Amino acid sequence: MNSSSGKTYMSTSNSSAGWKAGDAAADQFPVGLRVLVVDDDPTCLMILEKMLRTCLYEVTKCNRAETALSMLRENKSGFDVVISDVHMPDMDGFKLLEHIGLEMDLPVIMMSADDGKHVVMKGVTHGACDYLIKPVRIEALKNIWQHVVRKRKNEWKDFEQSGSVEEGDRQLKQSEEADYSSSANEGNWKSSKRRKDDEDETDERDDTSSLKKPRVVWSVELHQQFVAAVNQLGIDKAVPKKILELMNVPGLTRENVASHLQKYRLYLRRLSGVSQHPSSLNNSFMSPQEATFGPLSSLNGLDLQTLAATGQLPAQSLVTLQAAGLGRPTGKSGIPMPLVDQRNIFSFENPKLRFGDGQQHVNNNKQMNLLHGIPTTMEPKQLAGLHHGAQSMGNMNMQVASHGSQSSQNNPLLMQMAQPQVRGQMLNDTSLGHPPRLLSPMGQPILSNGIAANVSTRNGIQENIRAPSYNPVSQTSSMLNFPMNHAPELPGNSFPLGSTPGISSLTPKVAFQEDVNSDIKGTVGFLPSYDIFNDLNQHKPQNWELQNVGMTFDASQHSNSLQGNLNHAHSVLVQQGFPSGQVNGQNRSATVVSKAMFSSGDSTGHVNAQNGNQQLNSLLVDGTVRVKSETPTNLYPDDFGQEDLMSALLKQQDAIAPAEHEFDFDGYSLDNIPV
Amino acid sequence: MERNPLRRQLQIMRKSLFDQGYLDEQFVQLEELQDESNPNFVEEVVTLYYRDSARLILNIEQALERKPYNFHKLDAYMHQFKGSSSSIGAKKVKAESTLFREYCKSGNGEGCMRCFQQLKKEYTTLRKKLEAYFQVARQAGPMETACRPK
Repeated sequence: MNSSSGKTYMSTSNSSAGWKAGDAAADQFPVGLRVLVVDDDPTCLMILEKMLRTCLYEVTKCNRAETALSMLRENKSGFDVVISDVHMPDMDGFKLLEHIGLEMDLPVIMMSADDGKHVVMKGVTHGACDYLIKPVRIEALKNIWQHVVRKRKNEWKDFEQSGSVEEGDRQLKQSEEADYSSSANEGNWKSSKRRKDDEDETDERDDTSSLKKPRVVWSVELHQQFVAAVNQLGIDKAVPKKILELMNVPGLTRENVASHLQKYRLYLRRLSGVSQHPSSLNNSFMSPQEATFGPLSSLNGLDLQTLAATGQLPAQSLVTLQAAGLGRPTGKSGIPMPLVDQRNIFSFENPKLRFGDGQQHVNNNKQMNLLHGIPTTMEPKQLAGLHHGAQSMGNMNMQVASHGSQSSQNNPLLMQMAQPQVRGQMLNDTSLGHPPRLLSPMGQPILSNGIAANVSTRNGIQENIRAPSYNPVSQTSSMLNFPMNHAPELPGNSFPLGSTPGISSLTPKVAFQEDVNSDIKGTVGFLPSYDIFNDLNQHKPQNWELQNVGMTFDASQHSNSLQGNLNHAHSVLVQQGFPSGQVNGQNRSATVVSKAMFSSGDSTGHVNAQNGNQQLNSLLVDGTVRVKSETPTNLYPDDFGQEDLMSALLKQQDAIAPAEHEFDFDGYSLDNIPV
Repeated sequence: MERNPLRRQLQIMRKSLFDQGYLDEQFVQLEELQDESNPNFVEEVVTLYYRDSARLILNIEQALERKPYNFHKLDAYMHQFKGSSSSIGAKKVKAESTLFREYCKSGNGEGCMRCFQQLKKEYTTLRKKLEAYFQVARQAGPMETACRPK
């Protein structure tokens, strides 16, 4: 199957290009619709593929969710719609659905032999555009193009309202309004198609293609702003209009915010559902030592859950962690408890304790810690790299990392202490080896540094890494500008992984974060955890690394100097130039996010990156480079099984982390870095 | 009615499979997918099904050897099996799968075991019938468009 999928995939791209161009091929819509079908059952997969081909769609089949996600990440605009089974061995179909929704925003159709109301409802709540009951009939597939058009139309509307009015849009929208019924309406296909033809199909095509461009990409930075706004308003009172006002991002429409809010809410809901025990995070945290601390990578969902449960770990982070680390229980378990302590930053429970410990260790390990938070899967190097990024960004919600989230998964994102200070920390902490405590939104002390880096990458990975956790960071060096260090916990904030994570827990944090953010903003750039992701995804890790490095350093540098310049962070990100396409697996979102961040930030940051510390850069580069090299290998751990992005990250971290805890970054500890 | 004796025989066999409830409408869907580019599509799918489902059957069998029964696991296996079986239109096999899942949900181990034995019987019977059917089909040459049962 894989080989055939590969083949199909290629042909799909070819044909889709034609479709997108809006040329003659487009007029044949939905002919050539690019479908990705995911099902672990080979029989069903074969049948579906044949049926879709018969509908004249371009089909790519995949028998593993992880593979599907990487395919999607590598080629974000390579597919128009995804059809996925609900029950799959490596990843729950709903998880995949979430990821796709957040990262790629493609319409996803779920299918299952299970027609129980509960399952179908799950599909709805998770955002599936349709739900097919197996055995699937070809008539049901003939209509799936409606979901693609509907989605485009909606985006269009958003886009349009944000200023880029397309003449045909309105007309198209209206005309298309009522036609899309569920896939069950077999007969509608032809009539709908006809109708479509009637309605300026060309316009639509044009619009569609042009629509694609302006689509809002929720970069880490943007998402952070969003989360900050939501938190400020209070999740209950957060209405799109107000959020939009608070965010004050030009070109963003109320609709953009509304749809993002919806996803965010779903996310939070799901996260809170995950947190089973709101017991102190500590408990959970401590107990799964092996899980959490040891293997960074093995951010078993359990850990995350416990973390999340304790309420400290933002739901998001939990997810992230899970995603990141769960996939791979890489036995980082090697990390001894003490390490954890170091990482404390992340641990919820003893925020103070850890904090203290962490702080001390911060210099050395904190950096790593940051990484810790990050999915262990990441190679330490990677983590380091990430950290850097995070650090520079400052805004990275290192929470996860800092919190020493149980999830050894280290959501790199979380780790990313936005603060430049973090940077120093990061460097130190880049010890990927440290379990990604970060993940645990230990809003606690780590928060201090915790620049709530809401790295909300579009991807499932909740990038919102409130970096607070880097308390240690603050300690280490001058970097600790953040008042946050002491922070209390931002735990809630840490991960706005996707949709709305346990808002409740977050809310309080949010406030905190706000403060922090403001502080941080002054000083720090955004160090979206995405860096980590980027690392992971980078095709050219090397490049990225360098960039990140530069960025991080710069960010930190700047943070110190440019108190008021968040932009740096942005610019830093920009510089990173993470190939968004380079999603090596999970971190796709990260990449995107970071990229997005870049775009949102000014490019001036680039320069900053340059300035900054050549030294650091070089140092970082080295370090990062190292990380990088490891990244690719670790990027796709096979045993993801868990949340995608996070797991991916974690995995990478793991890969990196284990390598050398005292990762090269030690040398980079803030202390060493000339600020 | 088919003039060609082989084709006629094929038609009779096919009709009987439907009439006796071994196959349902879904099988027709598969037949409709068969065309010049995939002249043996149905047989390929069925072959794939039997290969893949054999694994599931084995898993279930092994799970049934461990007492106490892990109903959750058994149900999961059967869910998969049911999905596959329904995609090729294996009606009786699908019915047995549903029954098996009911027993799992109610924790009826005895019922599960009995049901599973019955399921294996149906599964094997269907396999034999289909193998014979495809053999004739290959001999008869490319078929015309499938006609719906009844």
